[in-house]
Amino acid sequence: MAIAVRIPTILRNYTGGEKQVEANGSSLASLIDDLDAKHPGLKGRLVTDDGSLHRFVNVYVNDEDVRFTGALDTGLSDGDEVTILPAVAGG
Amino acid sequence: MLTIPRALYDKIVAHARADHPDEACGVIAGPAGSDRPERFIAMMNAERSPTFYRFDSAEQFRVWREMDDNDEEPVVIYHSHTATEAYPSRTDISLASEPDAHYVLVSTRDPEETEFRSFRIVDDVVTEEEIRISETVGGEA
Repeated sequence: MAIAVRIPTILRNYTGGEKQVEANGSSLASLIDDLDAKHPGLKGRLVTDDGSLHRFVNVYVNDEDVRFTGALDTGLSDGDEVTILPAVAGG
Repeated sequence: MLTIPRALYDKIVAHARADHPDEACGVIAGPAGSDRPERFIAMMNAERSPTFYRFDSAEQFRVWREMDDNDEEPVVIYHSHTATEAYPSRTDISLASEPDAHYVLVSTRDPEETEFRSFRIVDDVVTEEEIRISETVGGEA
Protein backbone atom coordinates (compact mmCIF):
# COMPACT_ATOMS: atom_id res chain seq x y z
CA MET A 1 0.00 0.00 0.00
CA ALA A 2 1.68 3.23 -1.10
CA ILE A 3 1.01 6.25 1.07
CA ALA A 4 2.53 9.62 0.19
CA VAL A 5 3.92 11.40 3.23
CA ARG A 6 4.65 15.14 3.14
CA ILE A 7 7.57 16.10 5.35
CA PRO A 8 7.95 19.55 6.96
CA THR A 9 11.18 21.54 6.52
CA ILE A 10 12.40 20.84 10.02
CA LEU A 11 12.28 17.04 9.56
CA ARG A 12 13.83 16.87 6.07
CA ASN A 13 17.25 16.12 7.53
CA TYR A 14 15.85 12.61 8.21
CA THR A 15 14.75 12.17 4.60
CA GLY A 16 17.84 13.41 2.82
CA GLY A 17 16.15 16.71 2.10
CA GLU A 18 13.08 15.17 0.45
CA LYS A 19 9.80 17.00 1.07
CA GLN A 20 7.75 13.97 0.12
CA VAL A 21 8.44 10.27 0.70
CA GLU A 22 6.48 7.04 0.34
CA ALA A 23 5.70 4.56 3.06
CA ASN A 24 3.40 1.64 3.79
CA GLY A 25 0.97 0.89 6.56
CA SER A 26 -2.68 0.14 7.14
CA SER A 27 -2.71 2.30 10.25
CA LEU A 28 -0.87 5.50 11.13
CA ALA A 29 1.08 3.57 13.78
CA SER A 30 2.39 1.02 11.30
CA LEU A 31 3.08 3.74 8.73
CA ILE A 32 5.23 5.60 11.24
CA ASP A 33 7.15 2.41 11.99
CA ASP A 34 7.73 1.93 8.26
CA LEU A 35 8.84 5.57 7.91
CA ASP A 36 11.29 5.07 10.76
CA ALA A 37 12.69 1.92 9.15
CA LYS A 38 13.37 3.91 5.97
CA HIS A 39 14.37 7.16 7.70
CA PRO A 40 15.82 6.31 11.13
CA GLY A 41 15.01 8.74 13.90
CA LEU A 42 11.83 10.11 12.35
CA LYS A 43 9.53 8.17 14.69
CA GLY A 44 11.15 9.75 17.73
CA ARG A 45 10.12 13.18 16.46
CA LEU A 46 6.49 12.12 16.06
CA VAL A 47 5.73 9.71 18.90
CA THR A 48 6.56 10.15 22.58
CA ASP A 49 8.04 7.52 24.90
CA ASP A 50 4.59 6.60 26.16
CA GLY A 51 3.51 5.72 22.63
CA SER A 52 1.27 8.64 21.78
CA LEU A 53 1.54 11.32 19.12
CA HIS A 54 3.65 14.29 20.18
CA ARG A 55 1.43 17.09 21.47
CA PHE A 56 2.97 19.74 19.25
CA VAL A 57 3.09 17.79 16.01
CA ASN A 58 0.02 17.86 13.76
CA VAL A 59 -0.53 14.82 11.56
CA TYR A 60 -3.23 14.81 8.90
CA VAL A 61 -4.61 12.02 6.75
CA ASN A 62 -5.77 13.78 3.59
CA ASP A 63 -7.06 16.98 5.17
CA GLU A 64 -8.16 15.68 8.58
CA ASP A 65 -6.21 16.11 11.79
CA VAL A 66 -5.78 12.56 13.11
CA ARG A 67 -6.64 13.72 16.64
CA PHE A 68 -10.22 13.45 15.38
CA THR A 69 -9.89 10.15 13.55
CA GLY A 70 -8.27 7.90 16.17
CA ALA A 71 -4.75 9.30 16.39
CA LEU A 72 -2.23 6.48 15.88
CA ASP A 73 -5.07 4.01 15.25
CA THR A 74 -6.28 5.98 12.23
CA GLY A 75 -6.76 3.58 9.32
CA LEU A 76 -5.06 4.24 6.00
CA SER A 77 -6.05 3.27 2.46
CA ASP A 78 -4.01 3.10 -0.71
CA GLY A 79 -3.76 6.56 -2.21
CA ASP A 80 -4.16 8.41 1.10
CA GLU A 81 -1.82 11.32 1.73
CA VAL A 82 -0.32 11.94 5.15
CA THR A 83 0.95 15.42 6.05
CA ILE A 84 3.15 16.19 9.03
CA LEU A 85 3.29 19.78 10.31
CA PRO A 86 4.91 20.90 13.55
CA ALA A 87 2.37 22.96 15.47
CA VAL A 88 3.00 26.68 15.46
CA ALA A 89 2.62 27.63 19.11
CA GLY A 90 4.24 29.41 21.97
CA GLY A 91 3.62 31.58 24.97
CA MET B 1 17.71 41.60 9.18
CA LEU B 2 13.98 41.69 8.59
CA THR B 3 12.81 43.99 5.81
CA ILE B 4 9.08 44.57 6.03
CA PRO B 5 6.73 46.97 4.26
CA ARG B 6 5.18 49.64 6.49
CA ALA B 7 1.67 48.41 5.64
CA LEU B 8 2.44 44.91 6.94
CA TYR B 9 4.17 46.24 10.05
CA ASP B 10 1.00 48.22 10.76
CA LYS B 11 -1.21 45.17 10.20
CA ILE B 12 0.74 43.12 12.75
CA VAL B 13 0.47 45.89 15.34
CA ALA B 14 -3.25 46.41 14.64
CA HIS B 15 -3.92 42.68 15.03
CA ALA B 16 -2.04 42.54 18.32
CA ARG B 17 -3.93 45.56 19.67
CA ALA B 18 -7.28 44.19 18.50
CA ASP B 19 -6.80 40.83 20.26
CA HIS B 20 -5.30 42.22 23.47
CA PRO B 21 -5.44 40.86 26.17
CA ASP B 22 -5.29 37.56 24.27
CA GLU B 23 -2.14 36.77 22.32
CA ALA B 24 -2.51 37.43 18.60
CA CYS B 25 -0.68 35.33 16.03
CA GLY B 26 -0.17 35.02 12.31
CA VAL B 27 2.04 34.51 9.30
CA ILE B 28 3.33 36.64 6.46
CA ALA B 29 4.00 34.52 3.39
CA GLY B 30 6.47 35.38 0.68
CA PRO B 31 7.95 33.75 -2.42
CA ALA B 32 10.09 30.75 -1.46
CA GLY B 33 13.72 31.75 -1.02
CA SER B 34 13.03 35.49 -1.42
CA ASP B 35 13.02 36.47 2.27
CA ARG B 36 10.34 39.05 1.33
CA PRO B 37 7.23 39.16 3.50
CA GLU B 38 4.33 39.95 1.14
CA ARG B 39 1.07 38.25 2.01
CA PHE B 40 -0.40 38.90 5.46
CA ILE B 41 -2.39 36.05 7.03
CA ALA B 42 -3.86 36.66 10.49
CA MET B 43 -4.36 33.29 12.18
CA MET B 44 -6.83 32.31 14.85
CA ASN B 45 -5.27 31.67 18.26
CA ALA B 46 -6.92 28.35 19.10
CA GLU B 47 -5.88 28.80 22.74
CA ARG B 48 -7.51 32.26 23.06
CA SER B 49 -5.22 32.89 25.97
CA PRO B 50 -3.34 35.88 27.37
CA THR B 51 -0.26 33.70 27.84
CA PHE B 52 -0.29 31.07 25.09
CA TYR B 53 -0.99 30.79 21.40
CA ARG B 54 -1.42 27.94 18.98
CA PHE B 55 -2.49 28.02 15.34
CA ASP B 56 -5.73 26.11 14.83
CA SER B 57 -4.59 22.85 13.25
CA ALA B 58 -7.12 22.81 10.39
CA GLU B 59 -6.39 26.44 9.54
CA GLN B 60 -2.66 25.76 9.64
CA PHE B 61 -3.13 22.83 7.25
CA ARG B 62 -5.04 24.99 4.81
CA VAL B 63 -2.57 27.90 4.96
CA TRP B 64 0.54 25.72 4.73
CA ARG B 65 -0.92 23.80 1.76
CA GLU B 66 -1.82 27.08 0.06
CA MET B 67 1.72 28.41 0.54
CA ASP B 68 3.14 25.20 -0.87
CA ASP B 69 0.84 25.41 -3.91
CA ASN B 70 1.87 29.07 -4.41
CA ASP B 71 5.58 28.28 -4.03
CA GLU B 72 5.60 30.48 -0.92
CA GLU B 73 6.99 29.96 2.52
CA PRO B 74 6.31 31.51 5.95
CA VAL B 75 8.74 34.45 5.97
CA VAL B 76 7.40 35.98 9.19
CA ILE B 77 5.70 34.18 12.05
CA TYR B 78 4.41 36.74 14.54
CA HIS B 79 2.70 36.68 17.88
CA SER B 80 2.09 39.08 20.73
CA HIS B 81 2.88 39.10 24.40
CA THR B 82 0.27 40.97 26.38
CA ALA B 83 1.98 41.43 29.74
CA THR B 84 5.65 40.70 29.13
CA GLU B 85 8.40 42.00 26.89
CA ALA B 86 8.62 41.37 23.17
CA TYR B 87 11.22 38.64 23.54
CA PRO B 88 10.81 34.91 22.85
CA SER B 89 9.84 32.94 25.95
CA ARG B 90 11.32 29.50 26.73
CA THR B 91 8.19 27.99 25.21
CA ASP B 92 8.55 30.11 22.07
CA ILE B 93 12.12 28.90 21.68
CA SER B 94 11.44 25.23 22.28
CA LEU B 95 8.48 25.18 19.87
CA ALA B 96 10.00 27.22 17.03
CA SER B 97 9.81 24.88 14.06
CA GLU B 98 10.40 27.01 10.95
CA PRO B 99 14.17 27.56 10.86
CA ASP B 100 14.04 30.02 7.96
CA ALA B 101 11.33 32.28 9.42
CA HIS B 102 11.72 35.65 11.10
CA TYR B 103 9.99 35.38 14.47
CA VAL B 104 8.34 38.72 15.22
CA LEU B 105 7.33 39.46 18.79
CA VAL B 106 5.04 42.35 19.63
CA SER B 107 4.24 43.45 23.15
CA THR B 108 0.99 45.19 23.98
CA ARG B 109 1.72 45.45 27.70
CA ASP B 110 1.78 49.24 27.46
CA PRO B 111 -1.42 50.81 26.10
CA GLU B 112 0.50 53.63 24.37
CA GLU B 113 3.78 52.11 23.20
CA THR B 114 3.96 48.91 21.15
CA GLU B 115 7.22 46.98 21.31
CA PHE B 116 8.07 45.27 17.98
CA ARG B 117 11.17 43.09 17.66
CA SER B 118 12.35 40.36 15.33
CA PHE B 119 14.42 37.23 15.95
CA ARG B 120 15.81 34.15 14.30
CA ILE B 121 15.33 30.98 16.34
CA VAL B 122 17.40 28.04 15.09
CA ASP B 123 18.32 24.94 17.10
CA ASP B 124 17.12 26.62 20.30
CA VAL B 125 19.37 29.64 19.75
CA VAL B 126 17.74 33.09 19.66
CA THR B 127 19.38 35.89 17.70
CA GLU B 128 17.78 39.31 17.62
CA GLU B 129 17.92 41.08 14.30
CA GLU B 130 17.53 44.58 12.96
CA ILE B 131 14.25 45.58 11.35
CA ARG B 132 14.06 47.77 8.27
CA ILE B 133 10.62 49.14 7.53
CA SER B 134 10.27 49.88 3.85
CA GLU B 135 7.90 52.63 2.78
CA THR B 136 6.73 50.85 -0.36
CA VAL B 137 3.36 49.35 -1.20
CA GLY B 138 2.63 46.06 0.48
CA GLY B 139 -0.33 44.22 1.89
CA GLU B 140 -2.70 41.34 1.66
CA ALA B 141 -2.90 39.37 -1.56
